[in-house]
Amino acid sequence: MNKVTFRELLRFGFYALRYMFTGGPAYYLWLAFLVALALWGGLAYREQLTQGLVATNMRDQVSWAFYVGNFTFLVGVAAAAIILIIPAYVYDWKPIKEVAIMGEILAISALVMCMLFVLADLGQPEMVWHMIPSVGKLNFPASLLAWDVVVLNLYFLLNLVIVVYLLYCTYQQRPYNKYFVVPLILLSIPLAISIHTVTAFIYNGMAARPFWNASILAPRFLASAMCSGPAILLILFQILRHTTRFEIKDEALWKIAEIMAYAMFINLFLQGAEVFKEVYSSSEHVVHFNYLFVGLGHHRSLVPYGWGAVICSLLAFGLFIIPATRRHPVTLNLGCLLIYIGVYIEKGMGLVIPGLTPDALGEIYEYVPTMTEVRIGVACFSIGFLVYTFLTKLAVAITLGDFNRNMVAAGDRRGRPIPRPSTPD
Amino acid sequence: MSDLNNRNLKPAAADSEPGMPRRDFLKAAAGTLATLALSGCTKEAIEAFLQKHFQELSPEELKTVVARLERECQEKQGVKVSISTKAAAPGVLFGAGLDLSRCIGCRRCVYGCVKENNLSRNHQIQWIRVLEQEKAKGVNLEDANPYYDPKEVPREGYFYIPVSCQHCRRPPCVKVCPVKATWSEPDGIVVVDYNWCIGCRCCMSACPYGARHFNWGTPSVPSKHLNPRMHYFGNRPRPRGVVEKCTFCIQRTREGRYPACVEACPVGARKFGNLLDRKSEIRQIMERKRVFVLKAELNTQPTFYYFYSL
Repeated sequence: MNKVTFRELLRFGFYALRYMFTGGPAYYLWLAFLVALALWGGLAYREQLTQGLVATNMRDQVSWAFYVGNFTFLVGVAAAAIILIIPAYVYDWKPIKEVAIMGEILAISALVMCMLFVLADLGQPEMVWHMIPSVGKLNFPASLLAWDVVVLNLYFLLNLVIVVYLLYCTYQQRPYNKYFVVPLILLSIPLAISIHTVTAFIYNGMAARPFWNASILAPRFLASAMCSGPAILLILFQILRHTTRFEIKDEALWKIAEIMAYAMFINLFLQGAEVFKEVYSSSEHVVHFNYLFVGLGHHRSLVPYGWGAVICSLLAFGLFIIPATRRHPVTLNLGCLLIYIGVYIEKGMGLVIPGLTPDALGEIYEYVPTMTEVRIGVACFSIGFLVYTFLTKLAVAITLGDFNRNMVAAGDRRGRPIPRPSTPD
Repeated sequence: MSDLNNRNLKPAAADSEPGMPRRDFLKAAAGTLATLALSGCTKEAIEAFLQKHFQELSPEELKTVVARLERECQEKQGVKVSISTKAAAPGVLFGAGLDLSRCIGCRRCVYGCVKENNLSRNHQIQWIRVLEQEKAKGVNLEDANPYYDPKEVPREGYFYIPVSCQHCRRPPCVKVCPVKATWSEPDGIVVVDYNWCIGCRCCMSACPYGARHFNWGTPSVPSKHLNPRMHYFGNRPRPRGVVEKCTFCIQRTREGRYPACVEACPVGARKFGNLLDRKSEIRQIMERKRVFVLKAELNTQPTFYYFYSL
């Protein structure tokens, strides 16, 4: 068997980079669009760096908000790669195995966004080096955020290694070493569960915040992640099917939608159980639920979002549990969109804001993000999309055989460095 | 001044930051360092950036750090200051008492604290929050009003609860900190190393008493109001983007003085002393009155006790 040499890997990296920046006008337009958004948000970040976090609407009462909410949601998206891995590698289900790598690429991109959102939220971003074990002073194992740093980075590295290795082997036109890669893929299953569990535990472990201090939180995190991540994947798969020769069977899409329906059922059931306990026992802790679903006095700005999320999730569940509607492209995509909206609210700001409102001393501060926060959020998302675009373009080309070592070598001999991309992407 | 210099430099680093995956921490650190160096930045700024965790500083290193911090403050404020690093005395566990029967809600403790501890005046920070409560409802934080503003206090039918850091024996804020920037000192004071805090605000979410405050903007204290007698964990100038909190006036109490809030209280509602000393005032109160702590059900075991004298 051929060994992976560093030199070869470097060459691969160089050609891959060149390939990522080659495409049709539509591809360049898409890249330019994302870069423009990232710059627009990047300028807002510069503003935040000069003024401090006072550029946001976070204050002592609501000290975590938009950034942390997005971070939490995106951890779920990253964890959802396993919804492809489990059927593909544990049950060896062919139609999904062919597209499993797309789930891993989504995980990588989502984790990049997670890290950007955390960085945006820090008051002293240049001091992040304090978190590096042995260089800084990581408070492991006491601090759940320290755990999160560990598992998120492990999961990120693991997915990166798997994706790069698989693509590299296909590029070299040789079979991958399954004794190397399959254990890694299987390891990514518990790690995916752990990133979401640990993120849930950050909130869960705070006795000061009754809204988060419920043991049902981590299971709910997992259930909703099994909906939101695949919702994005389903839409991306359809885009890929239309724009490239990449084949994704309908069966694969339908199976994913079916799994999402079950996950959504569990999520809604657990949420119902939580609502019952809070509302029926109606202790003083119900105040956070009331803030989300009823409003407290004239403080009602979250109420439409609270109900919006529930309604979106219920509708999506209906669409995905009925085989006819989950197989019809229109209702399938509508369902994905509804799930995305529902979980984005529920696992984002719908989790963070009511947890902190009213604050520990009963004060109500109504938080609404500033334009700076929204712009920085846009930048984080567009950078994540850039990463996804680049990796997907490469993965599609390599998988379809449009980009491999022979073609690169041939291209070099003809003085044409890059093979013509077959896809506008 | 290193703090200011840092700020000025940040935008330059900003361009590269949004695209940075976290595994490039080291690279980013090196990059920031390079930016600092390239822009002709002072040695002090680099020293500040690389400053070690307080508990890992050798006595010589600590001296250098303190000298730098004093110099920075003097340059910025034009006032000569001294920053103490006096350690906890053996056999001391500080505790505070608050007499709810006496407190009239005048907030003099709040202002005394602001003055003593160099709390930011623009982007106001106050370590003590006084809550107004209806007598008919008893102590119920969910129903408290911190923004009461009557012509005269106390208002008929109301009583007042000042709340600040409860200096818990089992502080939830300490265990959640990802970088050990906050801890319990041997004398029970929960402190923050302002130069080590990364500003993630986990501790603020974890605190059940709303006692932790964040420097959302650049803190500012007019030079003429600056209290020059400082402690490393106490009232020295804080950088922007870090968390701060009540330190039982560490710069005073470690010198054997009362905290500023205790001195400022016009009705003697505030008590302070060594919980390990049977003869201390705070122990006498525990002996003669019945005390309680806030949110006892959370098992944070505060060293801050409330009681009714009448």
